[in-house]
Amino acid sequence: MYAQMIKSEATQDDPEKLAAFQARIDAGEKIEPKDWMPEGYRKTLIRQIGQHAHSEIVGQLPEGNWITRAPTLERKAILLAKVQDEAGHGLYLYCAAETLGISRDEMTEMLLDGRMKYSSIFNYPTLNWADIGAVGWLVDGAAIMNQVPLQRTSYGPYSRAMIRVCKEESFHQRQGYDVIRRMAEGTPEQKKMAQDALNRLWYPSLMMFGPSDKDSVHSAQSMKWKIKMNTNDELRQKFVDQTVPQAEYLGLTIPDPDLKWNEERGHYDFTDPDWNEFFDVIKGNGPCNADRLAARNKAWKDGQWVRDGMLAHARKKAARKHAAE
Amino acid sequence: MTAAAAKAQPALTQQEAFVQFLLRMGDNTLILGHRVSEWCGHAPVLEEDIALANIALDLIGQTQIWLGLAADVQGEGKSADDLAFLRDAWDFRNLLLVEMPNGDFGQTLMRQFLFDAWHGLMLEQLKSSSDERVAAIAEKASKEVAYHFERSAETVISLGDGTEESHNRMQAALDYLWPYVGEMFLSDEIDAAMEQAGIAPDPTTLRDAYDTRVSDVLAEATLTIPESRFAQKGGRTGQMHTEHLGHLLTQMQWLQRAYPGAKW
Amino acid sequence: MKNEWPLWEVFIRGQHGMSHRHVGSLHAPDAEMAIKNARDVYTRRNEGVSIWVVEAAAITASSPSDKGPLYEPSESKVYRHPTFFDIPDEVGAM
Repeated sequence: MYAQMIKSEATQDDPEKLAAFQARIDAGEKIEPKDWMPEGYRKTLIRQIGQHAHSEIVGQLPEGNWITRAPTLERKAILLAKVQDEAGHGLYLYCAAETLGISRDEMTEMLLDGRMKYSSIFNYPTLNWADIGAVGWLVDGAAIMNQVPLQRTSYGPYSRAMIRVCKEESFHQRQGYDVIRRMAEGTPEQKKMAQDALNRLWYPSLMMFGPSDKDSVHSAQSMKWKIKMNTNDELRQKFVDQTVPQAEYLGLTIPDPDLKWNEERGHYDFTDPDWNEFFDVIKGNGPCNADRLAARNKAWKDGQWVRDGMLAHARKKAARKHAAE
Repeated sequence: MTAAAAKAQPALTQQEAFVQFLLRMGDNTLILGHRVSEWCGHAPVLEEDIALANIALDLIGQTQIWLGLAADVQGEGKSADDLAFLRDAWDFRNLLLVEMPNGDFGQTLMRQFLFDAWHGLMLEQLKSSSDERVAAIAEKASKEVAYHFERSAETVISLGDGTEESHNRMQAALDYLWPYVGEMFLSDEIDAAMEQAGIAPDPTTLRDAYDTRVSDVLAEATLTIPESRFAQKGGRTGQMHTEHLGHLLTQMQWLQRAYPGAKW
Repeated sequence: MKNEWPLWEVFIRGQHGMSHRHVGSLHAPDAEMAIKNARDVYTRRNEGVSIWVVEAAAITASSPSDKGPLYEPSESKVYRHPTFFDIPDEVGAM
C-alpha cells in the first residue's frame, strides 16, 4: 500500500481512558483532532498518514517522467491532470497529518533525510509509455483497494481526506487501463511494450500490500484502532483475483507460471513476490531510491528562496497595511 | 533568408495566411504548455506545483482547439496531433519567448508573466474577430488567461519585492527575457492580411497597453525594465528559432516519430 | 518552524444558494495567495462559486469537554428534523 510496514507505537496511557477511547472506536465514532487520544494512536497515525502523503508526492516522479513524452495532446493533458491529482492528494493528506500536531515542513524534512518512508513501488522506473498504463491499472488499482476501506477509518480528518482522494481517483485506474489496452491492441511493438510493463511491474505491485500477515507484527493494534482496515494478504488476494481477468482480456500474460484458479478456495493461487527484494528496496536499494530522493531534495532546496521570498513579501505587505491604519 | 529570397516568395493566399496565424496562436500555447508541464513534481511548494499544472492544462487545452482549427482550415486531412507531433522546428510559429528554458522558478514565472500580459490583450481583441470560430476560442481562453495573468503578476510582485535574493533572481530573469518581448509586437504580411479581414488585430497596436500593464506590475515588484528595446526575432515567422526548441521537440515528438502510424 | 507558510482553512460555496462548507486546508504566504491556491487546489473540478479562507490559527474551536452542554440540548429538539413527522404516503413527497 501507500503506507507499508507502519510500526504501531506501544501506548502507556490511563487504562480507563484507553477503554473509553476503544469503546468510541468500536461504536463507529470518529475521533477528531481535539479529542483525547492515546499517544500511540497519534504517533502511528502521523507515521501512516505521513508515509501515505510522501508516497503521493514521490509517486509524481515516475509518472511525471513521461509527461513531456506523452504521444498525443490528449494523453499529455490526462497524464498531467492525473499527476497533478497526486500532488493534491499529498496535500490533503499532509493537512490531515497536521491536525495531529506536526507541520508539513517537518514531515517533508523527515522524508528528505530518510527518517520517513514512502511506498516501495515508486522506487521502480517507468521505462516505456505502457508503464504509464500499467501504473494506472496496477498501482492505482492496488492503492484504491486500500483506500476505499480507509474512508471508514476512525480518525476524522484522515477519513475525510480519503473520501476526497477516492472520489478524485476514480478516473486514474480507468485511464491507465485505457492506455495499456490501446497498446495491447496496437502494433507488435506496442504489444511488446505492454507486456514488458506488466512483467516489470507485476511483483512490485504485489509488494505494495506489505509483507505477509505472518510477518506483519504491527497489524493487530492498528486494526483495533481502525486505522488499518484489512490485512495485507486479504487485500493482495483481492487484487490478484480482480486483476487476472483484466490481464486476460488484454491478451497479456501475468509473469507467474504458477498462477492458477483454485476452485476449492474460490481464489487464484499465485507466487509471492521476492520479499528479499522488497526489504532491499525499503532499505534504500531499489533501482530508483537515490534518484527519487535526490529529485525531492533538489525541488525543496531550489524552492527555498521562493518560499522565503513570498513569505517576506506577505510580511512586508502586512506591516505596510498596519502602518497605514 | 535574404531580402531578395523573401521577395521571390509568392504572396500567401488568405487561407494560407489564416493557417499561419492559427499556428502562431496554437504553437505559443503548445510550447509554453509543454515548458510549464516540465515543472510537475518539482515545484518549490505543493500549492505552486498544482497551480502550474493548471496553467499547463489550460494551455494544452487551448492548443488542441487552435491547432485543430489550423488543421481544418488547412484542409489536408491532418489533426491537431499531426501538427504538434510531426512538424519540424522550421514549421513552428511560436514566439521565441515561450521556448526559452524554464531556468529557476523565477525565470519560469517571469516568462509566464511577460507572455500572459500579451496573451490576455490579444485574446481580448480576438473576442471580436470576424471569424466566429476564432472569437469562440478567444471567449473561452481569455477567461483562463485572465487568471494566469493575475496569478503570474502577483507572484512576480511578491518575489520582486520579497527578499534580497528573490529580488535579484527576478531582476536577472527580467534582464534575460526582456529581449524576447519585442517579437510579440512585430507585424508582417500575415498580420496585415488578418487585420484586413477583421480576424485579428495588428500586433503593433497592442504595445502601448502592454507597456502600461507590465510596467505597473514591475514597478510594484520593485524591478527595473531594461532600457534596450532590442528584440530577438524569428520564432513567429519560423525563420530562426533558438537552439532550445529542437531539444524540446526531440522529447515531445519522440514516440510519434519512433513508431509512425501507431495509435496511442 | 522557521519559515513555513501559515495554514489556512478553506470554505467553498459549491452552488448559488448554498452555504460555504469546509473543504480542507492549504498553505499560503497570505490571504490573497490563499484564495488563489484554494482555487487551484480545491476547485479543479468546477466545485466552487465562492471561496472563503481563514488562517487556521485564528479559529476558536469548542473543546471536546463542552460537547455535552453545547450540543445535547438540541438533541432533545427532535421536531427540528423532518423525519420526526409522519406524513401519510398518500400525501406524496414533502
